[in-house]
Amino acid sequence: MRYEDPWYDALASGWGEPGTAGTRGAEVPAARRERKDREDGAVAAAQVYLEVQRSAAFQEVRSRYRRFVGPAVAGFFLWYVAYVVTATAAPGFMARPVAGAVNVALLAGLGQFLSTFLLTWAYARHARLRRDRAALELRWDTQELTRGARGGAL
Amino acid sequence: MTGNHQTLALLLFSAFVAVTLGITTWVSRNRQGSEEEFYVGGRLFSPMENGFAIAGDYMSAASFLGISGLIALYGYDGLLYSVGFLVAWLVVLFLVAELVRNCGRFTLADVVAARMRERPVRIAAGTSSVTVSVLYLVAQMVGAGSLVALLLGNTSEAAQSWAVIGVGALMVIYVSFGGMRATTWIQIVKAVLLLAGTIALTVLVLLRFHGDFDRLLLTAAERSGHGTAFLAPGLKYGGDWTARFDFMSLGLALVLGTAGLPHILSRFYTVPTARAARRSVVWSIGLIGGFYLMTIVLGFGAAAVVGPDAVRGSNAAGNTAVPLLALDLGGGAGTTGGTVLFAIVAAVAFATILAVVAGITLASSASVAHDLYASLRRRDAKPRSEVAVARAAAFGIGVLAIALGLLARDLNVAFLVGLAFAVAASANLPVLLYSLFWRGFTTRGAVWAVYGGLVPALVLVVLSPVVSGSPESLFPGVDIQYFPLQNPGLVSIPLGFLAGWLGTVTSAEVADEARHAETEVRSLTGAGAV
Repeated sequence: MRYEDPWYDALASGWGEPGTAGTRGAEVPAARRERKDREDGAVAAAQVYLEVQRSAAFQEVRSRYRRFVGPAVAGFFLWYVAYVVTATAAPGFMARPVAGAVNVALLAGLGQFLSTFLLTWAYARHARLRRDRAALELRWDTQELTRGARGGAL
Repeated sequence: MTGNHQTLALLLFSAFVAVTLGITTWVSRNRQGSEEEFYVGGRLFSPMENGFAIAGDYMSAASFLGISGLIALYGYDGLLYSVGFLVAWLVVLFLVAELVRNCGRFTLADVVAARMRERPVRIAAGTSSVTVSVLYLVAQMVGAGSLVALLLGNTSEAAQSWAVIGVGALMVIYVSFGGMRATTWIQIVKAVLLLAGTIALTVLVLLRFHGDFDRLLLTAAERSGHGTAFLAPGLKYGGDWTARFDFMSLGLALVLGTAGLPHILSRFYTVPTARAARRSVVWSIGLIGGFYLMTIVLGFGAAAVVGPDAVRGSNAAGNTAVPLLALDLGGGAGTTGGTVLFAIVAAVAFATILAVVAGITLASSASVAHDLYASLRRRDAKPRSEVAVARAAAFGIGVLAIALGLLARDLNVAFLVGLAFAVAASANLPVLLYSLFWRGFTTRGAVWAVYGGLVPALVLVVLSPVVSGSPESLFPGVDIQYFPLQNPGLVSIPLGFLAGWLGTVTSAEVADEARHAETEVRSLTGAGAV
């Protein structure tokens, strides 16, 4: 992945180094210059987030997250709504016996518990194996870039 | 019933209060009152600790006593609650927990305000968070009152009032002296106690039926007098279509409300990373799921062992089913075993209420201090530390909750909890999801989403049969009932989403691309997270 790295520019501006700031800032009041630099830094940091967002590595993490969560949310939500609607609209069907005292309603209810546990396990596994490492690398990279953009002040 | 079990229960409960006060003193020694410390306990809890604390925050007396009671009275229809309360955690796990941990600092408003003009958004989100919390608090207070009435064996109004006042005073002490650290440890202790008590009772019920779940169900159905209809939906929410739509409304509110509860959201900030937040939700889903499976056994067990008639005779809403079951399983009234088990169950239920109210009070005092006070105070006013404001807010909320709890004494606890969930789902969830996932979302959209869910939810409740128009309502003499359902969720949740969309497409402001990028990158990677 490649970003335009504002790290070196920020260093060159010399913000936060008392020695250079004192000599070069003779004609500008120091406080005003610092604030201007900080505002520049905030703009540059915002730029960093835009760049990271456009980077291929981030888009990969995002699409992995969305490809899992989208269908999973749609799936369990529809299954839950179907369960609630069937329970209220078609109690006769739910009362149909299956084995002994166990009927369709009881199986469906336990099925909701089971599907919740399974989806939890699948999500945790997916996030651990497919997302965590890439997200962590992006986190350090982004923080390094924003720190650079803010002139090492963070 | 003899006085023995009351004395023993009071003794056990006093021991719990002593332990929790000890925890509060212990954790608050040598701590500076930083915001980081007060709101989120330094963010240093482990996923397992936080998982237990979340479970302790979530498993309220309404579920322990209420759901088992509903199952004991109405059979399968009570079980529908358990399912909704559990499935809701998938919304939290998939869409909310990690992203909120990455984007925010202390409250829900932090996440939204990062992208928007801060003041209006903070005021809106802060207001709705406090409203949800107060509704939920009142439910727990009313529960405490009914529980003490049961425990002391009389329903004298003075005893109930003192119980409500006592619970309120204790929760203010926990929160204002111990902050998040004390609240969390109290919730962990309570979760362990509650799970241990539930496991013990479940094992005893299954032993009574020699491990034969089928026999348990058949006995319950037979004793209920409804036959196999007891094991199928429809006894409570069957009948006319109003009742059925009411149930669908409740089901929607339960599954979408959890992700909007302020005291649940604030728990994710107490762990160091998003990964830890995810692992704590996995822990809590395991604990909560196991707990609700056991309440099913306890509910059918109470129907089979105690019988619905005896349950109804003790409390019409069924809230006393589990204590009665414990009395019977221990050997019946007057025996040592029965006395001990009954006392344990009563004390655990009390502990449950205390831990839950402490969590809610803390979350709402954070909303008052961090969102409302910070946005509304006059610019020239002397700056105060946010923690001092939060402590004062905890006291104010405690007084308000006590007052409302005394007023609402006769309302059904489960109904109040369902109402809090409906308001949370209508006012908090739309704005949260939109700001996390919608690129074009604007400030006006955020403000409209909050009020567009909050106001209809509250107005529909005022116009519902709960407040007026039927003999059981709060003001039976008045008739301003224009809305047929008791739970507003079916209408107000879509309205919240619709208002957020409408506010966004009609606003002149164009969403800030860079700030959306920041939210998206931060939420998925954790860059810049505190």
